[in-house]
Amino acid sequence: MISADLKIILPEILLSLYAMGGLLLAVYTGKDKLAGLLTYATAAAMAVLALWIATAGAGNRTAFDGMFNDDGFARFAKVTILLSAAAILVMSQDYMARRGFLRFEYPMLVSLATVGMMMMVSAGDLMALYMGLELQSLALYVVASLRRDSAKSTEAGVKYFVLGALSSGLLLYGASLVYGFAGTTAFSGIIEAAGEGRASLGLLFGLVFVISGLAFKVSAVPFHMWTPDVYEGAPTPITAFFATAPKMAAMGLFARVLHDAFGGVTADWIQVIALLSVLSMFLGSIAAIGQTNIKRLMAYSSIAHMGYALMGLAAGTVFGVQAVLIYMAIYITMNIGTFAFIMSMEKDGQPVTDIKSLNLYARAEPGKALAMLVLLFSLAGVPPLVGFFGKLYVLRAAYEAGLAWLAIAGVIASVIGAFYYLRIVFYMYFGEEGEALDKGRSPVLWGALMVSAAIIGLAWLPGLNLLGVESAAAAAAATLVN
Amino acid sequence: MEEMLREYLPILVFLAIAIAIGVVLILAAIVVAVRNPDPEKVSAYECGFNAFDDARMKFDVRFYLVSILFIIFDLEIAMLFPWAVAFKDISMVGFWSMMVFLAVLTAGFAYEWKKGALEWE
Repeated sequence: MISADLKIILPEILLSLYAMGGLLLAVYTGKDKLAGLLTYATAAAMAVLALWIATAGAGNRTAFDGMFNDDGFARFAKVTILLSAAAILVMSQDYMARRGFLRFEYPMLVSLATVGMMMMVSAGDLMALYMGLELQSLALYVVASLRRDSAKSTEAGVKYFVLGALSSGLLLYGASLVYGFAGTTAFSGIIEAAGEGRASLGLLFGLVFVISGLAFKVSAVPFHMWTPDVYEGAPTPITAFFATAPKMAAMGLFARVLHDAFGGVTADWIQVIALLSVLSMFLGSIAAIGQTNIKRLMAYSSIAHMGYALMGLAAGTVFGVQAVLIYMAIYITMNIGTFAFIMSMEKDGQPVTDIKSLNLYARAEPGKALAMLVLLFSLAGVPPLVGFFGKLYVLRAAYEAGLAWLAIAGVIASVIGAFYYLRIVFYMYFGEEGEALDKGRSPVLWGALMVSAAIIGLAWLPGLNLLGVESAAAAAAATLVN
Repeated sequence: MEEMLREYLPILVFLAIAIAIGVVLILAAIVVAVRNPDPEKVSAYECGFNAFDDARMKFDVRFYLVSILFIIFDLEIAMLFPWAVAFKDISMVGFWSMMVFLAVLTAGFAYEWKKGALEWE
C-alpha cells in the first residue's frame, strides 16, 4: 500500500534526497568550491529525471488517497519544468562564477524549488497544493536575494517574500472557505460538492480567493506588481529561472485546480479568468513600451504572455488546456533563448541591461543579432515563427468557446505589444552609433541562444510539426479534462 | 448539533469575560485617569538621564536568525506532541513519517551548524 504510493512519487523523493544530500556533502567538504560541479550535476540529474518521466509510460495513477496525481498532464508539465530548470542551471554557472556569487546552495535551492513545482502540478488535494506551492516559493524567495551584498537583489527578495506571503494568505483563506463549504480538501470531493452548473455562494468566494492567490504566482494583472521589481533586482540567471519553470508550474496548478476541483462549475470561473487574461495582455503590452531596462521589459512581456496563456484556460475546454500547455512550452523555449542573450550583454565585464546599449549590435555580432531577432519576432507573435502558433492555439480555443471578444482583445494587445519587441530589433539593426558591447565569450550562452532560436525559427516547418509538442499536449490535456 | 454547541458554552463565557475585562481596563485608563501632559512627562524616560538615542535603533540580524531557528524547533515540538500522545493508535506509517520528518529537519540543522549560523563570533 504505502510502497505503491512511494513508487509513484519516486522522482520527487529522489530529487529531494539529492538536494539534501548535496547540501550536506558540500557544506562538510569543499563548500563553494563544489558549486560549479554541483550545478552541472543538478542539471544532469534533472535532465535524466525528465527523460525518465517522459518515457515512464502512459496511464493515470494516484497516490496517498488521491493527494498526488501522476497523469499525462502532470508528466507533460514536469518534463517542461525539469528541462527548463536544467537549461537555466547550465546557463547560469559561468555567469555566476565569474561574478563571484555562485554558491553551492544555489543548485540545491533550485532542486528544492523544482520538487515543489513537481508537487504543484501533481496536486490532488488543497493541502498537497499548498505544500508544493510553499516549497517552491520559499526556495525562490531565497534565490531572488542570492546576491546578499546588492541592495537591489535583497530588495527583490524581500518584496517577493512579502507579496508572496500575502498571496499565500489569500490562497489559504480561499482554501479554508472551500473546505468549509465542500467538507473536504480533496479535489475529487470538491468537484462532487460543487455539483454541475453554479457553485454555492460560499464555494464561489473560496474559488475566487484561490484564483487570486494563484494569479499572484503567474503574475496576472491585477496581482502583477511584484514582477517588474523582482525581475529587475534579482541576478539575471535567477530572473531567467523565474520567467520559465515557476510560470509553467503555476499555470499547471491553475489548470489543475480549475478543472479537477471546479470542473463542474466552469461558468463561474470563466469570467474571472477572462478578466485576468484581458487585463494582463493589455497592461503587459502597454506598460512595457516605456521600459528601457530589458529585464523590466521582459517582466512586462511575461505578464502579457501569462495573459495569453490564461486566455486558453478561460476557454474551459480540453482544447483550451492543450493550448495553454503548447503556449507555455513555446513561451519557455523563447524565454530561455532571450535570457541567454540578456546574460551575454555586458560591457567591460559588467552586466548591461539598458536596451539603448544594443545600438547597431547587428554590425558587431550578426549571428547573435539574427537569433535575437527571431526570438523577438516570435515573442511578438509574427508568423510563421513558433510563437505565432502558440498565440493561434489560444485564440482559437477562446473563439471556439464563444469568447470571440476575448480573442479580438488578444489580437489588439498583441499588435500593441509588437511595438516594444520591434523597437529592440530596430536598435540592433538601425540604431545610432554608440559604444559597443563586449563580444560574447560564453559558448554555453551562445549555444543556448542558437538552439532556442533554431527551434523557434524552424519547428513550424511542416515536417517538424512543432517537434511533437502538439500531440503530447493534446494527450496531456485529455487526462485533465474529462 | 445543539448538544455539541452546548459543550462549548463555557469557552464562550470565558472568552466574553476575558474580552470584557481587557476592554474595561483599557477604557478605564482613558476615562478615569488624570491626564496632564507636559514635555517632560511625555519624553522618553531612561533612569534619570536624558535619552541617549532613538528607541528605533538597528539591531544585529543574528538575533533574528536565532529567533527563527528557535521557532523552527518550537514548531517541531508542536508537531511531535500530538504524535506522541496518539502514539499507541498510529500505525508504522505514522511512526516512520515522523522519523523522516525529523531526519529532514536534522539535515537542515547539520547544514546550519556547519555553515556557522550558530556561532556568535
